[in-house]
Amino acid sequence: MTTAVVSRPRTGPIGMTMTRSVVTWSVLIVTTVIALFPMYWLFANALTPITATPPLTPILIPAWKLDNVIRLLTTSKHYTRWVVNSLTVALAATLWHVVFDTLAGYAFAKRRFPLRNVLFVALVSTLMVPIHVTFIPLYLISRSLGIIDSIWAILLPASSQVFGIFLMRQFIQTLPGELEDAARIDGCTEIGVVRHVIVPLSMPAIASLAIFTFVRNWNDFLWPLIAVNRPQEFTLTVGVASLQGEFMTDWGIIFAGGAVASIPIIIFFLLFQRYFLDGLRLGALK
Amino acid sequence: MANVRRFLREHGWSYAFIAPSIITFACFTFAPVVWSAIISVQKYNLRTGGTFVDPIWMNYQKAFTGLGGIFVTSIGNTLTYTVFTVTTNIVVGLALASLIQPLHRHVRTFFRAAFYLPAVTSSLIVGMTWAYIYNAQWGFANYLLRLIGVEPVRWLSNPDIALGSITASAMLTIPATAVVLFSAAMGGIPTEFYEAADLDGASPVQKWWWITLPLIRPTTLYLTVIYTIASFEVFERIYVMVPSGVGRSTQTIVTQIYYSGFKDFDLGVSAAQAMMLFVMIGAVALVQFRVLRSNVEY
Repeated sequence: MTTAVVSRPRTGPIGMTMTRSVVTWSVLIVTTVIALFPMYWLFANALTPITATPPLTPILIPAWKLDNVIRLLTTSKHYTRWVVNSLTVALAATLWHVVFDTLAGYAFAKRRFPLRNVLFVALVSTLMVPIHVTFIPLYLISRSLGIIDSIWAILLPASSQVFGIFLMRQFIQTLPGELEDAARIDGCTEIGVVRHVIVPLSMPAIASLAIFTFVRNWNDFLWPLIAVNRPQEFTLTVGVASLQGEFMTDWGIIFAGGAVASIPIIIFFLLFQRYFLDGLRLGALK
Repeated sequence: MANVRRFLREHGWSYAFIAPSIITFACFTFAPVVWSAIISVQKYNLRTGGTFVDPIWMNYQKAFTGLGGIFVTSIGNTLTYTVFTVTTNIVVGLALASLIQPLHRHVRTFFRAAFYLPAVTSSLIVGMTWAYIYNAQWGFANYLLRLIGVEPVRWLSNPDIALGSITASAMLTIPATAVVLFSAAMGGIPTEFYEAADLDGASPVQKWWWITLPLIRPTTLYLTVIYTIASFEVFERIYVMVPSGVGRSTQTIVTQIYYSGFKDFDLGVSAAQAMMLFVMIGAVALVQFRVLRSNVEY
């Protein structure tokens, strides 16, 4: 702690520096506690056996028992199915965007072709369009395709998010062009250039893109809520929201449902947080 | 023929690379936006399709007058929520980024990650957790009040304060993106500026006000715009904290779009409301770009 504070030379009297760092640290610690408290409380409750109404004195220290989670998995018929659905949707969307956003991002960044700028501006300008504008037509399209009430319907708008194309273009633009030319001279096909030159150099951006797409689609709520009515087709977020109606009096199950649903994403974040924070900066419009 | 072949040889790969993205974009974003604009002036029946309404603005009018003008109230609620949330988010984000900036690199990374962790969790689950915190009977908020001897409050079921409670939950959420982006922007400011200011004997507060703040203005602009858009589109937090809605006091633009479209199945009105949200977001973003950008030169 102290090394961190003195690592930058400070001007002014020692007393003032001390006061300042005490204030800084108190503010930061209090804020961190506030930031993490809701999630902590959710987990503390989920890990403490509760069968009806939670106690009036809030549970702040978990009992580290899995009773609620076990009851959730045994009584809520579809919970594991929801996990599978969410994983499928998030992974499919991620795979799609990693492949096709890299290709499109590369084309928009490095290649010259008629209508390039028009198409790119058209794509990027929809970043500001509220997705809610598209829901009624998407609902009608899904109905006529006969995929409403299935995860295929959930995947329709997931396939047309344009953020990734923008992110990949921004990144690939900064790569030097000489390597591509060298690869072509060595007899690489156009696909080969992407595979052997662009992809290896773009790994940090691809990692960020993959993570953002996964998290975004894992957490998506409103469209899956509209697109799907049968409980076995729910994604996890829709399913967790429905627990409140189904187990009105069993708070233990509801807490466990929320906590278990957020574990994968928390683990995911802890593993890849570097790429998260980098991607955030890459994706910011300049 | 030869021309076509040459064109394909030259540009074929380019179009092949963008084709999948452009096709899904055209089908599932562009076409729906256009179609939505059409439905907003139609009476749409799921079985028979749409017929244009007369007068052409009828759905827009209905959107405003329907259910005793609830859409107007919803716009008001959304604006209230947005003003408080965005202002707090920007100020808190700026303050936290400024506080962690002088710290050691590893400490800074730790705080960025700690602040960002709740932001990756689905807003639905975060909202759900806040609903427990606000539970009138056993929630944490009333527990704190009891400790200091204050009567319990019906945070979410009292229509007079429900919107305030929801807004407060958003204000108390750390604006993680803002902290990370402000922090990155501050790290990008050349140290020469600060060294020059040191020579002139500037205090830390003066340096922050005269150097840091003006130079991170593009980031402030970007964050204000994205936070405003996100707040205009608030839905999950409301949906999960007050599932039935406490009368009209907690309706927002998107809850209205959802209810008129997918509960009342009045698709025309829902599309009209969505188009208005679209226009409002565009207008607000434009104004913010204007105002915040015009002051960059000094």
